[in-house]
Amino acid sequence: MRRLVILGGGTAGTMVANKLRRRLPLDDWRITVIDGQRDHLYQPGLLFVPFGGREDLLKPRRRLLRNGIQLLIGEIAAVDPERKSVRLSDGEVVCYDYLVIATGTSPRPDQTPGLLGSEWHRTIHDFYTYDGAFALRDALQGFTGGRLVVHVVEQPIKCPVAPLEFTFLAEAFFRRREMRDQVELVYVTPLDGAFTKPIAARYLGGLLDDRKIAVETDFLVERVDADRKVLVSYDEREIGYDLLVTVPLNMGADFVGASGLGDELNYVPVDKGTLQSTAYPDIFAIGDANDLPTSKAGSVAHFSAEVFVANFCQYVEGLAMTHRFDGHANCFVETGDGKGLLIDFNYDTEPLPGRFPLGRLGPLSLLRETKANHWGKLAFRWIYWNLLLPGHRLPVPTRMSMSGKHRPDEEVRP
Amino acid sequence: MTTVHPQIHTDSEGFLTEYDEWTEDLAGQLAERIGIELTDEHWKAIRFLRQDYPTHGETATLRRVSTLAGIPVKQLFALFPGKPAKKMAYVAGLPKPRGCV
Repeated sequence: MRRLVILGGGTAGTMVANKLRRRLPLDDWRITVIDGQRDHLYQPGLLFVPFGGREDLLKPRRRLLRNGIQLLIGEIAAVDPERKSVRLSDGEVVCYDYLVIATGTSPRPDQTPGLLGSEWHRTIHDFYTYDGAFALRDALQGFTGGRLVVHVVEQPIKCPVAPLEFTFLAEAFFRRREMRDQVELVYVTPLDGAFTKPIAARYLGGLLDDRKIAVETDFLVERVDADRKVLVSYDEREIGYDLLVTVPLNMGADFVGASGLGDELNYVPVDKGTLQSTAYPDIFAIGDANDLPTSKAGSVAHFSAEVFVANFCQYVEGLAMTHRFDGHANCFVETGDGKGLLIDFNYDTEPLPGRFPLGRLGPLSLLRETKANHWGKLAFRWIYWNLLLPGHRLPVPTRMSMSGKHRPDEEVRP
Repeated sequence: MTTVHPQIHTDSEGFLTEYDEWTEDLAGQLAERIGIELTDEHWKAIRFLRQDYPTHGETATLRRVSTLAGIPVKQLFALFPGKPAKKMAYVAGLPKPRGCV
């Protein structure tokens, strides 16, 4: 019996477990998924919670994994890559022949002085966690006006467009409540623009301008003074707030670092075409857990999972891995008022305007606000639970295509 | 940020595009162009960036420099004021660091 152990039953881990269960014979392979939590959280839904969105956010992991997959609930303490074993914090040891690390990335407010304290979830909020999203909903309901600062500590973060989406949705929320003139909105980023890639940064920066949202760039936070309600940067700039919505530093799982498998942020260094660990060939890291130079996003987890599964089936047969991931990412960006835009890109091609072909459902507009893109984002929840996690194919190509895309006429420089 | 040498390959912002075209002399000139006089502390950061790049494949972030080379972020801001990640990469002859999307 060959043993495949998958650490983490999130988007990437669940998808890969289900796909491999169909590909690897039951008689020869035992597949085990280990996760600390019984429930699977639909993370894209968190964005809508602060504005009153009610979605089915949680489902039991057991129901999302095919029959024949073993699920173990327990905290992972360490991996011993030499002895090929995983130790849980209750002392249990699980041995593997092949290991897939899919423990993602998590917000770490403990890493910035001043975030965690008596003001946490009172005047200082996050929204990428279940508790954070609901605490922020209460804070927004009770907000009577003042300065709302949306802030990103450091890149990379999971779902890198979410802080912008949150800002757009907040602006629309206050307008709807007829209190927009009582709220000053500021977007604070460590980047030198609204976004990293120049064409999209210009477009998204324009949307912020249109909505009278101020942008503070190149701001690397050193600490938060929760008593004075200010963000303080390393170069000693200060930004005051009445309500702070921060995206804390994101880090891979602690056991990755503790096992010597991670970089400075506990991400597993991998080959960017195959997701194979650069240190141990029988270890792969998928989804947000690796150091791929692309977005930490569900779409990347999805597209790279397709490549990984095809390669893994070759690898365990002793064959060369012939598939290469191109860094393909694809994100709906909510912009408020029931509209959204769509971006599609990879390692080499930045998000460009144009049309995105989508099977029989018809093309969607790229880098342009439309209602169809908003509905696409909402429809994605059903797709996620019913098609994506079970490991079915979606009508979206794994590799990015230039079809329908065009470069704007003028040359844009960063 | 532009470079002085026509024979050195750079991108539109003056970042070197060829790892092997960098020399220590050139680093001094690049630093001068952005108003920095290189001290031993600067060199510690630059040497780390140079040595890290070929194996890591990406220009080191401030966090990577502070964690692996042991230079606090605060000090990097003092050494390369304003935009330390970019300025270090510029002087070290490496690609502009990309904040991953």
